[in-house]
Amino acid sequence: MGAGHAHPLYVHGHSRVHRMAPEAKVAAAVTFVAAVAITPRQALWAFGVDAACLAGAIIASGIGPRFVLRRLAVVLPFVAFALFIPFVASGDRVDVFGLSLSREGLWGAWNVLVKATLGASASILLAGTTEIPRLLTGASRLRVPATLTAIASFMVRYLEVIAGELGRMRTAMAARGYAPRWLWQARPIATGAGALFVRSYERGERVHAAMLARGYTGAMPDLGERRASIGEWAVAAALPTIAWLAAVTALTGVLT
Amino acid sequence: MTATVDVRGLRFTYPDGHEALLGLDLRVEAGQRVALLGPNGAGKTTLALHLNGINMPDQGVVRIGELTVAEQVLPEIRRRVGLVFQDAHDQLFMPSVAEDVAFGPANLGLRDAELDARVDEALAAVGASELRPRTPHHLSGGERRRVALATVLAMRPDVLVLDEPTSGLDPAGRRELVDVLSTLPMTQLVITHDLPFALELCARSVIIDGGRVVADAATAHLLTDDQLLGRHRLELPYGFDPRIVGPSPAR
Amino acid sequence: MHAPDGFLNLGTAVTTGAVSATAVGGALRHMRSTLSDKQVPLAGLAGAFIFAAQMVNFPVAAGTTGHLLGGALAAILLGPATGAVVVTVVVVVQALAFADGGLTALGYNVLNMAVVTAFGGYGVFVLLRRVLPDNASGVIAATGLAAGLSVALSAMAFSIEWLFGATAPVPFDTVFGAMVGVHVLIGVGEGVISALAVGAVLAARPDLVHGARDLSRAQTADRARIGMRGFAIGAVLVTLVVAAVVSQFAASAPDGLERVAQDQGLVAQAQDHALAGGPFADYATDGVRNQQASLAIAGGAGVAVTLLVGLGIGFAVRDRRSGRFTGARAPTASS
Repeated sequence: MGAGHAHPLYVHGHSRVHRMAPEAKVAAAVTFVAAVAITPRQALWAFGVDAACLAGAIIASGIGPRFVLRRLAVVLPFVAFALFIPFVASGDRVDVFGLSLSREGLWGAWNVLVKATLGASASILLAGTTEIPRLLTGASRLRVPATLTAIASFMVRYLEVIAGELGRMRTAMAARGYAPRWLWQARPIATGAGALFVRSYERGERVHAAMLARGYTGAMPDLGERRASIGEWAVAAALPTIAWLAAVTALTGVLT
Repeated sequence: MTATVDVRGLRFTYPDGHEALLGLDLRVEAGQRVALLGPNGAGKTTLALHLNGINMPDQGVVRIGELTVAEQVLPEIRRRVGLVFQDAHDQLFMPSVAEDVAFGPANLGLRDAELDARVDEALAAVGASELRPRTPHHLSGGERRRVALATVLAMRPDVLVLDEPTSGLDPAGRRELVDVLSTLPMTQLVITHDLPFALELCARSVIIDGGRVVADAATAHLLTDDQLLGRHRLELPYGFDPRIVGPSPAR
Repeated sequence: MHAPDGFLNLGTAVTTGAVSATAVGGALRHMRSTLSDKQVPLAGLAGAFIFAAQMVNFPVAAGTTGHLLGGALAAILLGPATGAVVVTVVVVVQALAFADGGLTALGYNVLNMAVVTAFGGYGVFVLLRRVLPDNASGVIAATGLAAGLSVALSAMAFSIEWLFGATAPVPFDTVFGAMVGVHVLIGVGEGVISALAVGAVLAARPDLVHGARDLSRAQTADRARIGMRGFAIGAVLVTLVVAAVVSQFAASAPDGLERVAQDQGLVAQAQDHALAGGPFADYATDGVRNQQASLAIAGGAGVAVTLLVGLGIGFAVRDRRSGRFTGARAPTASS
């Protein structure tokens, strides 16, 4: 439910993590998070291994643990939801500080919290060390359809321009004393949004004209960037491999 | 490297019924710089879009060198005629300056080292080599305008068409733009409301109003005809007198 | 709405991922087949608009604020296929570049926030357009209701996914009630803001509203014919129908699914472990007993949303007509 954020997470740097080819990083982040997601919730040691690996990578990247902690606030609404689970869940009850809580619910809350935190930390590391255009390059090399990445690229390029127009519109409203408190006073905001859509669309038409003027024929040219080497893939695979080993060990341990 | 522009009897009506051009004639010799003046809505930008084949004439012809603008020769027309749009944000749509400058030549089929060399050449021509890795939306207005010019120069055009290149620039940005444009050898058509800029850069000016050319003469001559300027909603800035400014070193 | 990693089990993540990929893939093909090379920059700019629109805080009550989700709005402005693609791009970029929503949760996040809101919202919009008058007022009213309901649909989709992929023993009707209840409130704002935004686009560039392309110039200019009262009555009727459908669903779906599961002998196995295969997690059906209660909750919620959406639009329309809520008061009389 978090509101959108105009400013990407990228933290400028030259660490090994920063320099890694984007497709390797995106693939590593996704497989790492998938391993966390399948890890059984009782396997505390496995989450410890995952957290230690991730912490190592975060330190190596130089983006700083404080930055990661601050950005974790984005998952807060779901933390609130998780804290709610032990009260409404069914099953055996246990008394904790005089509160009657569901034992299963406590495990459920722990499960959501630990996986959401590890997953979000991995995402923050990815976004913090990879500029958006490179993320999109990585995604398209991982077979995400070119149309999607091209649209995303235009979106990212014009996000600040449009958010800027929006900001100026709001400033102009506030400058003339507009301070709404109720939904039925929201008309200027909504019509402003409508006007902004028209402006965005018309800008899209002008951008298209500018592209045609430079010989665009319907396909974005491939301006080739260095691809991931085998060595890089191997380095990138380290974290997810450890996480998967931990997850599979925990799973087989639990299931037998 | 440079080509004539020849427009004859050009008429164009927008799909919504607005008649923008009503039989416009204009000839610009190879290597000449011409200012296109006129009030808002006169048809100047519509004319610019015809020179590059973005709009196609309802009637009349547009010729660039010996080539008539038509559907089947559009790739060549778009290489020959470089269009610099009024809002540089519309022109700079790629994630980085380098990629944006490379967009045009890449569409012409250039790759790798050749493409790189072309990008360097274009950025150097506008004095923006150090902006290569930057993101377009973090550039200043003047930098953005020069990079927009570079994206077009990278296609090595014969004709350059600029739509209000000085709008929104600070005085130093405007000065840098004049310096760059005055060194470029190709034919230039400059749409502008900035009359001192026209005087400084272009020996010849054309006034367009109501979809037609209504005056065509030496810039210094046009700018001293107060009645003519007044009829077409043009005004010199307060205190500016073209009679005592004299010819510009830029021309 | 941006769910984090591990919120639903991996099977559900993979299944919703496959459903989303299929839906978005189909939408992409449709988009390419119907429109020119112009689509890519236009969709990109529309994506930037939706992204920015999600940052707009609007007042809800007593100074509290909400923000748009934009799925139905995008579908009505751009068409369902392009709308779904655009919102998908927004959701994916939010996960990749802003760590907003989990990477392994993309399957259900895209499904709930882009696919269900765009296609579901547009479906409701098309149905409503059939009963509402063919003019600007009809389009605006249909937008408001469709956008409001798209949020409720999204919450329902999430509840159903919980039925299959629950990671904690919270029963389906608790989740359903909580999700729909919370999103009812969000839906009111979504409906009002989307309706007014589409109204503004209709006034400026009617050709840009995909969902109103069938209207003539005269019809798009005609926006006074449906009055406050007519609108309110229409809203109540639609609300009753919707509430009935939602209640039926709430009352019968988990039971129906549970019976299927029992017939297959899967429930017994599913008791042991959340990871054991079953058509849905045993957790979610644990406490489904009180059909009457869930029916009442869901039905009541449905009525409340739609009425509030209708009232909200009514107030906003009145605002324009009489200037009563604009806060501009003549500085004469009282002094």
